[in-house]
Amino acid sequence: MPDPDVLIKARGLTKRFGDFTAVDGIDFELRRGEAFGFLGPNGAGKSSTMRMIGCVSPPTSGELTILGMDPVRDGPAIRARLGVVPQDDTLDAELSVRENLLIYGRYFGLRRPVIAERTTRLLDFVQLSERADDHVEPLSGGMKRRLTIARSLINEPEILILDEPTTGLDPQARHVVWDRLFRLKQQGVTLILTTHYMDEAEQLCDRLAVMDAGRFAAEGSPRELIETYSSREVLELRFEIAEHELAAAKLAHAPAERIEVLADRVLLYVEDGDAALDDVRGLGLEPLTSLVRRSTLEDVFLRLTGRRLEDG
Amino acid sequence: MTVATGAPTARPSGQPRLGERPPGVGGPWTMASRAFHAWLVNYRRTWRGSIYSSLLNPVLYLGAMGLGLGTLVDKHHAASLGGVSYLTFLAPGLLAAMAMQTGVAESMYPVYTAVKWQHTYQAAAATPLRPGDLFRGHLMFTTMRLVMNTVIFVAIMAAFGAVRSAWVVAALPVAVLTGLAFAAPLDAFAVTQEKNDQAFNVIFRFGMIPLFLFSGTFFPITQLPAWIRPVAYITPLWHGVALCRALSLGTADVTGALGHIAYLVAVALLGLYAGARTYRRRLNV
Repeated sequence: MPDPDVLIKARGLTKRFGDFTAVDGIDFELRRGEAFGFLGPNGAGKSSTMRMIGCVSPPTSGELTILGMDPVRDGPAIRARLGVVPQDDTLDAELSVRENLLIYGRYFGLRRPVIAERTTRLLDFVQLSERADDHVEPLSGGMKRRLTIARSLINEPEILILDEPTTGLDPQARHVVWDRLFRLKQQGVTLILTTHYMDEAEQLCDRLAVMDAGRFAAEGSPRELIETYSSREVLELRFEIAEHELAAAKLAHAPAERIEVLADRVLLYVEDGDAALDDVRGLGLEPLTSLVRRSTLEDVFLRLTGRRLEDG
Repeated sequence: MTVATGAPTARPSGQPRLGERPPGVGGPWTMASRAFHAWLVNYRRTWRGSIYSSLLNPVLYLGAMGLGLGTLVDKHHAASLGGVSYLTFLAPGLLAAMAMQTGVAESMYPVYTAVKWQHTYQAAAATPLRPGDLFRGHLMFTTMRLVMNTVIFVAIMAAFGAVRSAWVVAALPVAVLTGLAFAAPLDAFAVTQEKNDQAFNVIFRFGMIPLFLFSGTFFPITQLPAWIRPVAYITPLWHGVALCRALSLGTADVTGALGHIAYLVAVALLGLYAGARTYRRRLNV
């Protein structure tokens, strides 16, 4: 008897395009009410995974069950219960905000009065009520993204799929989108999203999978990932350019869980940053600047994939 | 305020019982008509302009070619026109050619725009609609446009006095079928274009324009050199022109008519088959 609270189950899920393997045998489960995030650089296989979950891309191999059904055989029935916010804008730019929701609602076979009622409610939710009868074309990027979110909710989906929901938005617009998504999460909507923003992942996701080259490099809650793959604190040191290499060499003997030498600074992964700074001074090194901070997902990501997320 | 469900009380997961359609999923016609509706909502914005050109084009062509050029042609009592005025000869040919133009215009760029520029097809593919539903929904809209344009054209033909037989009414569905024999395969083709729209220019210049000129629209195909005539016979437009003309002049015979219809239906069905595949390949990668 399958667990009815497991909405998505994937085993060895694989997607190949010719010789290229986009998704390389991943396993995961999505439970009702949780927010699950795929974190990874561009090309890690996040979008391919999302397209398979969205039942618009048949898996090459492996097992995928969504809402207890097979995405290849029962695509329409599954998609009727999903909401999708794609990475690119797919709104009909020549239509009004309201008309976009109307045609989308009709795609789901909803009756007009139902669509009209939900449109009012959803536009209010994404703060676009005043633009209801305006064309979509002149709306800002943030507004378009919010409209796409409203559109994805027209069928009252059981799972909301978001592919990089805030990529390309300015900081203010991102915060408005986060705020709306956070509210959905509070209302118990099951979210599954991809992102390459650490703060987005930390804010929205209960559980994360760090993806790299089509595989899961790690999986867990943001807290667990930091505990497992990084130290409690990070000491960031900056030295005179002339002394940078020498200092880095000396620091190799400093008591730290791990040391990372970047072009402009040295990172010491330690339990206690202030104590570590004393140790560094004890080695006879005097940094130009020093900073003690808590470990973040970015540190986890650097450790796991050896590169920065934004580099893609 | 609650905007979405996802509550634990939602219907239990699992397959609906056999023979019962899951919520949001309808039969092929229902699904296609939802996609058709999206095109209709779009058309609400542009229908006025399209009606003007549907009225203006036949008036211009029938006036300039039918009446203007026709006066010169009729002086020579060209026997190959079958003893009717040039206007009467030309009009049903133009009816079929106009249906081809509508079929071409409604298929290539609208489909390309939906799949490449606006990604509205990708948006629709995330809903219960299948790629084939999107394809057939668009053909439903194209059919509607063809019906509108052919009805307007025949009305103007009649106003010009270019109709000889009441059988011209039967030319309406034939013209619509001619348009679909172009639209279905071209829809199927347009959705495969990923990089750019250059292929469309080639089709316009080296496909549609030669067909328009040499498929018997403006002069009988018997005027062409014998070796090239078979080329005209394999194009759908010639069959559309020949049958529309025979019906309008009242000279149609059952065998000939069935032959033309069978050919046009075959081409349209081929397009229908191809489109279901190409749409799926493009949208369900």
